[in-house]
Amino acid sequence: MNLKEKIIEKLLLFCSLVTILTTLGIILVLLVQTFKFFSEVSLISFLTDTEWTPLFQNKRYGILPLLSGTILTTLIAVVVAVPLGLIIAIYLSQYAHDSLRSIVKPGLEVLAAVPTVVYGFFALEFVTPLLQSVLGPGLSGFNALSPGIVMGVMILPLVSSLSEDALYSVPKNLREGAYALGSTRFQTAWKVIVPAAFSGISVSVILAISRAIGETMIVAIAAGQQPRLTFDPTVPIETMTTYIVQVSMGDIQHDSIEYRTIFAVGITLFAMTFVLNNLSFWLKKRYQEEYK
Amino acid sequence: MKGKRFRKRLKRFKNVRKYELQDKAFQYLGIFCTFFGIVVLGALLIDVLMAGLKRLDWDFLMSLPSRKASEAGIYTAWIGTLWIMILTAIIALPMGIGAGLYLEEYGKKNKLANFIEINIANLAGVPSIIYGLLGLELFARAMHLGDSILTGALTLALLILPIIIVSTREALKAVPYSIREASYGIGATKWQTIWHQVLPASMSGIITGAILAISRAIGETAPLVLIGSLSYISFAPTSPLDPFSVLPIQIFNWISRPQPEFAENAAAAIIILLGITFLMNGIAVYFRYKAQKKIKW
Amino acid sequence: MKIEVKDLNVYYGMDHVLKNVNMSIKKQTVTALIGPSGCGKSTFLRCFNRMNDLIDNTRIVGEISIDHLNVYSPSVNVNELRKSVGMVFQKPNPFPKSIFENVAYGLRVNGEKNKKVIEDKVEKSLQQAALWDEVKDKLKKSALALSGGQQQRLCIARALAVEPSILLMDEPASALDPISTVKIEELIYQLKEKYTILIVTHNMQQASRTSDKTAFFYMGELVEYEDTRTLFTNPRKEKTQNYITGRFG
Repeated sequence: MNLKEKIIEKLLLFCSLVTILTTLGIILVLLVQTFKFFSEVSLISFLTDTEWTPLFQNKRYGILPLLSGTILTTLIAVVVAVPLGLIIAIYLSQYAHDSLRSIVKPGLEVLAAVPTVVYGFFALEFVTPLLQSVLGPGLSGFNALSPGIVMGVMILPLVSSLSEDALYSVPKNLREGAYALGSTRFQTAWKVIVPAAFSGISVSVILAISRAIGETMIVAIAAGQQPRLTFDPTVPIETMTTYIVQVSMGDIQHDSIEYRTIFAVGITLFAMTFVLNNLSFWLKKRYQEEYK
Repeated sequence: MKGKRFRKRLKRFKNVRKYELQDKAFQYLGIFCTFFGIVVLGALLIDVLMAGLKRLDWDFLMSLPSRKASEAGIYTAWIGTLWIMILTAIIALPMGIGAGLYLEEYGKKNKLANFIEINIANLAGVPSIIYGLLGLELFARAMHLGDSILTGALTLALLILPIIIVSTREALKAVPYSIREASYGIGATKWQTIWHQVLPASMSGIITGAILAISRAIGETAPLVLIGSLSYISFAPTSPLDPFSVLPIQIFNWISRPQPEFAENAAAAIIILLGITFLMNGIAVYFRYKAQKKIKW
Repeated sequence: MKIEVKDLNVYYGMDHVLKNVNMSIKKQTVTALIGPSGCGKSTFLRCFNRMNDLIDNTRIVGEISIDHLNVYSPSVNVNELRKSVGMVFQKPNPFPKSIFENVAYGLRVNGEKNKKVIEDKVEKSLQQAALWDEVKDKLKKSALALSGGQQQRLCIARALAVEPSILLMDEPASALDPISTVKIEELIYQLKEKYTILIVTHNMQQASRTSDKTAFFYMGELVEYEDTRTLFTNPRKEKTQNYITGRFG
């Protein structure tokens, strides 16, 4: 009997070790190809050159245009999602009746379940024309504004539910103290609860940023494929994720420098989300300990 | 007048009116924002339905892709989605549930388990396109599996593994310790306790997580593009080693074409994809409801 | 069959929770363990079936011998031990299964596959637990639908089904209403004929009603261990006297 138990335990342990193997695999794959890439391209020019043209005749390998594309769309998404998400979180936790909450929360969850390619379609076919009718012909068919807004709506449930958790974990007596002094819900929420939940809300913002940075399909469909170092939301740009998709759809020789560019871009992407995610874990641990 | 003195005292706080207005204003703002998300969702659904419903017919479902928009259909795409769904489930579910069991029932205090937990939290936040890079180098190239269904399933399985592990653990956590204690008290071994008591009691919750994970997998596009899933497949796959296409890729391909008829096709295919997604999420919610009913012990 | 406790010490991390306990228990008796909260009586009880092994950072020094076999010896399989030493917990904890399956669980886990054997043993156990008449027509119903007192008797039946020789009861009636409590006490009195019973209780009237001998614990030490009648009417130690007259605890 004991032998059977031990075998089962080892089998289950192996299942959980697969996750470690996955991480090792990702790091290995990225590092190996990136190494080979940087044997041909200098790190300085990668980080500082302002043009990204690895697929053209005159090859330049500056990551900045792709980086700016990613940052621009992310910024727009966050500017949409964070204020909305926070207001929704405050409204649901401080103002709304339980019956309203039970309708709205599942509704928001549906937003999170929609496949991103569908959001891309929506951005290109509905939001961009809509914005063009409002902002005029200055907005080109591919731009950063439309996918940015749609991404914002997609990550809205993430921000609102994490912020709600953060607001909820503020000790009840803090809130009651404020009400007892005659504050309105608005005053209590903004002067007492939000500051107290600040770390938790920061966690939701950081995770939202991380999610937007890694998003692929919405920007691949609606933002364009023109790497351009700019912060103008009305022109076509290219994000890091779109570039990777663009190359793998084409006919690129494996083990060519063009092939390796997707790993160089990939590792940059991985590094950014890795740092952001771990920052959020560290912050979350801190705020959970505050309330012990 | 009764309480004249007290009333006079209350009248000192003139600002109260101003703050109450502020409060009311924010309440309306809150309602507006809350429904904003729902409204956008509604706009999306209506837009898709208006664009694609007329294109949706039996021929569309059963035709192969074609260069002519009016003749193109999603047959190979939804067959591919079905293949991917089943194969990914076969690979990911046993491993994910097994890992969840280990972390929750066996490895609670040791350092290795702690490290694995942090690792899983990190993996859950890695962009899906990075998994595509992993799948491309490891499964498609190094293991010579090429652009097959197996490559796609393995890649997606790794992607959704953290989701399954986390939701399995939540379901296991919900089973009260007293049940395990009673089982040990009778002399049952750890595995007997898990198999006969803990797993059955947490099954609804585990199923919820499993369905949500698979639903996420069939909506993924980027990793499959990376490993080489093609959008122009002229035959339905017959083995896991065959090349394949899936609904999201077909949609992506059609959206990328300039002709407006292809946009219609894309919308129609989206209706099918959304239908499958919402159906699966609905089933998952049903199981979650069942799981929460049990917690009244 | 005698139970001997020799120089038993239990440590939770750095806390010395049981100190040098020595005790001799005769078979087919009921021994009550009393004392204020935190005095170590539950910990003591859980040593007999090694349930303390499930808690991290626990260290046991000393011996508990059943018929001259130390339960802490490496040659003892802890799962087999728990089939001979059954336990009933303070809060009834039936499995979320049918009444029948709850009682049959121990048998199935032992590898019993014969349907008739299982049915017979389930009936026998439920009769011993004085629950048979109340549930014989609804064996397939969920155990969670029973009342608190019935659930506890079900847990007793479940423990009896694997035919232990010793039964450990950790405040079995404290979560129950007075009428169920009386039923449990009657049950203990009947079970005494076949089983050796150790019962932890807060309720001194219960201890004096049901047990043959009583052990008084205070801050991890066994202060007095005596025939029940003697302990309650003429205790030797002053601490015992103070506790049973309600001066503390």
